[in-house]
This record gives sequence, structure tokens and C-alpha cells, in this order.
Amino acid sequence: MKYLGIDPQKIKIGVFDFTSCEGCELQLANKEETLLDFLSHLEIINFREVSSYKGQDYDIAFIEGSITRQDEIDRVKDIRSKAKVLVALGSCACFGGVNFQKNQFEIDDVVREVYGADKVETIKTMKVADVVQVDLSIPGCPVNKDEVEKIVVDLVTGVDVRTPNYPVCVECKQNGNTCVVDMGKICLGPITQAGCGAVCPNHKVGCLGCRGPVECAKIDSLMDILKERGHTESQIMERVNFYNTFSEVINS
Amino acid sequence: MKIDMNIDVHHVTRVEGHGNIKVKVQDGELREAMWQVVETPRFFEAMLRGKSHDLAPTLTSRICGICSIGHTLASLRTVERAMKIEIPRTAQLLRMLGKHGETLQSHFLHLFFLVVPDFFNVDSVIPITQSHPEVAGVALRLKGLANDMSDLLTGRTTHPVSLVVGGLSVAPNKKQLAALKQTILDRLPDVETAVAVFQGLTLPDFVRETEFVSLKGENEYPWIGGDLISTDGVVKPEDEYRAMTNEYKEDFTTTKFTKLSRKSFAAGALARLNNNFKLLHPQAREVSKSLGLEPVNHNPYMNNVAQLVECLHVALESVEIIDELLDDKYEDICAEYEVRAGEGVGAVEVPRGILYHNYQIDDEGFVRKANCIIPTTQNNGNIHHDMPELVKHEVAKGSSDKEITRLCEMLVRAYDPCISCSVH
Repeated sequence: MKYLGIDPQKIKIGVFDFTSCEGCELQLANKEETLLDFLSHLEIINFREVSSYKGQDYDIAFIEGSITRQDEIDRVKDIRSKAKVLVALGSCACFGGVNFQKNQFEIDDVVREVYGADKVETIKTMKVADVVQVDLSIPGCPVNKDEVEKIVVDLVTGVDVRTPNYPVCVECKQNGNTCVVDMGKICLGPITQAGCGAVCPNHKVGCLGCRGPVECAKIDSLMDILKERGHTESQIMERVNFYNTFSEVINS
Repeated sequence: MKIDMNIDVHHVTRVEGHGNIKVKVQDGELREAMWQVVETPRFFEAMLRGKSHDLAPTLTSRICGICSIGHTLASLRTVERAMKIEIPRTAQLLRMLGKHGETLQSHFLHLFFLVVPDFFNVDSVIPITQSHPEVAGVALRLKGLANDMSDLLTGRTTHPVSLVVGGLSVAPNKKQLAALKQTILDRLPDVETAVAVFQGLTLPDFVRETEFVSLKGENEYPWIGGDLISTDGVVKPEDEYRAMTNEYKEDFTTTKFTKLSRKSFAAGALARLNNNFKLLHPQAREVSKSLGLEPVNHNPYMNNVAQLVECLHVALESVEIIDELLDDKYEDICAEYEVRAGEGVGAVEVPRGILYHNYQIDDEGFVRKANCIIPTTQNNGNIHHDMPELVKHEVAKGSSDKEITRLCEMLVRAYDPCISCSVH
């Protein structure tokens, strides 16, 4: 049985990093108790951070990072042309991520602020899908290794890849947490797609929405509730815009 | 001797981030040897402007996927010094334990996943899981311990959650801490095996006299805050970090370079150890000597050994920290604070060397101006200046271009560069 054009056997993967911290690809080498089993499903063809072997015949390309320079546009197009399936790995690839915060300023201004009079090449931050077709998105800052494992196994075995269509609040309640909004904090859990296990509210920290909007996210309603509790619109929006995950919901 | 070489390694592998090695030798004469960083800059200092002070650590942790706990702690120290916030002793100990988790995680990742394959002549750690399963087992167990420590203390292995301005948002209970202590003790034999593995390796014999910069320990091996020191005798207070780094830019590379008494200097495990050898745990000091590492050591490849010595030191110190926490009242983990204007500097020793954050914060708690100087930014210049000396040394010995390429790549890896970090 083929799924997305790939035989359900050892799959050939490439992992490629663009503008990012490389924390998401590092998750691929984490979770030691299942790491060898996980790797047994994969043939690593190209993964610069981990291996010196640089093959080009990969079936699945995992792309970490956002696109912020002209040469990255050319490079991601080349990878797209070689890969059967292209996966955006992490919030920078899926949404622009924290790198998107640069776009609130002019390019000349950010270059001057950091490099003074020296010339440095950069363009406005783009998500991967702004440049090439993306077949699958695994959001998160960083991605959750459990979810990556599950998706890779789904790809290998030809099972439909499913991601939760309910908000972080569901996982948070399952964990028996006290609501952090009731503790006086701003939390974007109600509008954010679950799948992280509510890791931030588990630690009494408000969700910043790194996984992007849940279906039918009602930002206005959340905004009303948070404003009633004394938070200002600018405080809320600073968080909503943190990973650029909600821009399409806001602009729709 | 007529020797021509043209070495061009585009995107060195098994390092974090993107950099190239270029070497040109004509008629046995070195024409060029260059460490060129081509990473895309992200402009964190520009993005920090206007950011709420309590989101600055969350944002800056994303500078690095490996040392995100270190960036968070440097950012927190900067905000807390700017606003004159005193954090409770319990929180200091818990933060240090989380930091030690990251040091172990980062050093073991580097040593086993990125460095050891060079000595086994393979492309990656994956063949080693077949050829030397006992070594791979040690690597996975030690990295697992380190990840569990980071998870327990900071909420996640990458991009910590529970480290917040004033202290921590949540803390593990004493039962969890006692269990962690036992796991660390159970893993000490694995650390011994790791030491034995490195005792069996022959490191390249290259030496170039170098200035080493780190925090200056007073009573303990230094990790968070305090004076700055160099092996050339420079000592400065934390707030004068700019005079210790003197950043400048060269056209051929997207990273900045730094210098102090010479044209470049080194930061990192070897720099910490060279400056603070007497403050290592006695057992770690003995292991260091057994591995041929005593201060001041000028072989850059010995940074790998220094990392291993630090792993033992950190594991032993973690046991002591847990003992203190188990005797602690364990009540106050986060200080209340008032937002106020101020400027702060935070110097923290992260796995790859000394990291500085510096913010100006206004009276509403927004960051107005920010500067971050990254360990690999400090090391990039030193790698660049090591390379011609290494190539000349090897050409004189009659080494092949394949061997010189391997040694140049290993030199870059020895510094454990975090290149995307260096071009934040």
C-alpha cells in the first residue's frame, strides 16, 4: 500500500535547516528510550547536523526554519524538486515563528540595529509554504517528539496522519490543572491546537499559541474574557503575534 | 616540495548551523585558510525592542536549540539585575540544577553524536550503535539522564517553560529530587566508561598559544555571574563585558568576531577549565590529569576532553545541590517584584562558553535596547586564526589534503560551535 507515493518500508529522509535555532531537528535525536526503534524506520540520507553523508535521493524532506534570504528560496525549491513529500517541521517552518517578529520593522532598520554600517543580506521572513508546496505541517516551538514519532510511523505504515482538532484546554483539563487564566495570566490555550500535552499551562505558564489556531478559533471571544480580567489589548496581542501563528485567523 | 591544495568544505557537517572551510595551498605555501560562517542572521536584538521584560527570556531562549536553558538564565539574570530583583536561594539552586542538566545534555550530544564518529571513521553515531553498542548505550543513557534533568527542572529539554522572572513557576517535589539523585549516582559508572573511551583516543597534537576568557570563580567553579577573567591576566567586572569582547565585523562572514589582548580569544569548556582548574571537584580534577589536561592547555582539540571533565564535575555537583535542596525548607521559589526602569548585564557560562545579555528596560517594563554576545561569536575568530597555523603545521608534516580536510573539520567541531546562535 502506498501513502503519499511512498512504500511502507524504511523511508529515506532528509532533514534540512533554514533560518532557525535547530531545536526541532534536535528533537529527532531525543527521547533516548525509543530512539533506536524510531531510527529503525528511517534511512537517513541527508541530515547535516548529525551525519557527514550527504545523499540526494530522499523521499521525505523535513524542513526546519523560516526563509529569510534569497539563497534559501533557491535551496528550498531544489529540495522540493527532489522530495516526494515535504514536511514543515516546527513553528518557524509552518508559520514564520519568532523570526516573523522581525517583519514589524523595516529591513534597513533591523540591519542597522544589529550590524551598524556593515552590510548584511536579509529579506522579510517567510514561512516555507510561501515559497514551495508543503504536504504536511508539524507545528510547535519546539515540535513534540511524541507527535513527530507518531506522524513518521503513520507515514511508514500508510495510516492517515491526524492531528488533534481540539484546543490545548482539553489536554490541560485532562491533566487536572488549575486554569492559568484564573491565576491572572494571559493564556492562548482556548484558541490553540492541542498536541503539546499543555506543557506550558502544566507549569503555570500561559500558552503562547506556538502550535497555531485550532479549527474555529474565536480570538475575539478570548480577547473579551481576557480584557474583562484586566489585560490590555496590546498585552494580549503581543502574545497572539509571538509566533505569527494566528495571522490568517486575524486577517480572515 | 610542490604541494597544491584546494579544500572547500561547503556546510561543515555534525555542527550546529552553517559554515564553510576554505584552504588554498600553492607550491607548498599557504595562500588562504578561512572559517567562513554563512548562517542567516535573525536579528534578535532588533526584535527585543519593545518586548515585555517577562517575554524576553521566552524570546531569547529561541536563539539556540541546544543551549536554550543557558539563554533563558542569561536573559533572566539581565532582567533581574536591571530591576534589582533578588531571587530566593531555593530558586537559585533549582535553576543551577536545570543548568547542569543542559550542560550534560549539550556536552554528551557533542561528544558522542558529533565528535566520536570522527575517531571511529564513520559518518554519524548510527553505525556506532551496531559496531560499538556498549559505547552507544553509554551515550544514550547519559543523554537520557541529562534530558530527564532538564525536563524535571525546567519543564522541557529544549526551550524551558518554568524558568520565570523572580525564580521558577513550579518546582519538582522532594521525592522527585531524591529519585533524580539516585539516577545520577547510578549513571556515574557510565561517566567512567565515557572517560575510558576518551583515554583510548589520540587527539591531534596541534597547539597554538591562545588567550582564554571565562567567568572567574571565587569559591566554586563558575556558571552564573561574577567577574570576567582571561589567561593573559585581564580581570573585569561583569558589567564591563563590552571591554572584554570588543566585537567587530569582517566582510567574508556573517558572524561578528571578538578580541581582547590578541587578535582573537577562545571561550568554552577549555577556557573555563584553564581559568578555574583548582575549583573543579577533586575527582574531576584527577580525571582531567589522567586525560592529560592541566592548565594552561593550548590544544583546541582538548576542548572535547574539558567537556568530559566538566560532565563529571557537574554530575557530582548536582548530587551536592540536591542534598542541599532536600535539607531546604523548600517554600519560596519565586520572588515578587515591582517593575522599574534600569539596565542589566547577565553573564552566564553556557556549554560553549561565556554568554552575555544586556538590556535597557523602561519604567513600564519594556525592553528598549538589547545586546547579546554569544560564545560561538567569540570563538569564530579563534577558529579562523587557528586554521592557517593548523594547515601550515600539517603541510610541513607532509599530510594529504584528505587528512588536512579531516583535521580542519575536527578543529571546527572541537569548539562545538553553535553557528545559528552566533549569528542570532
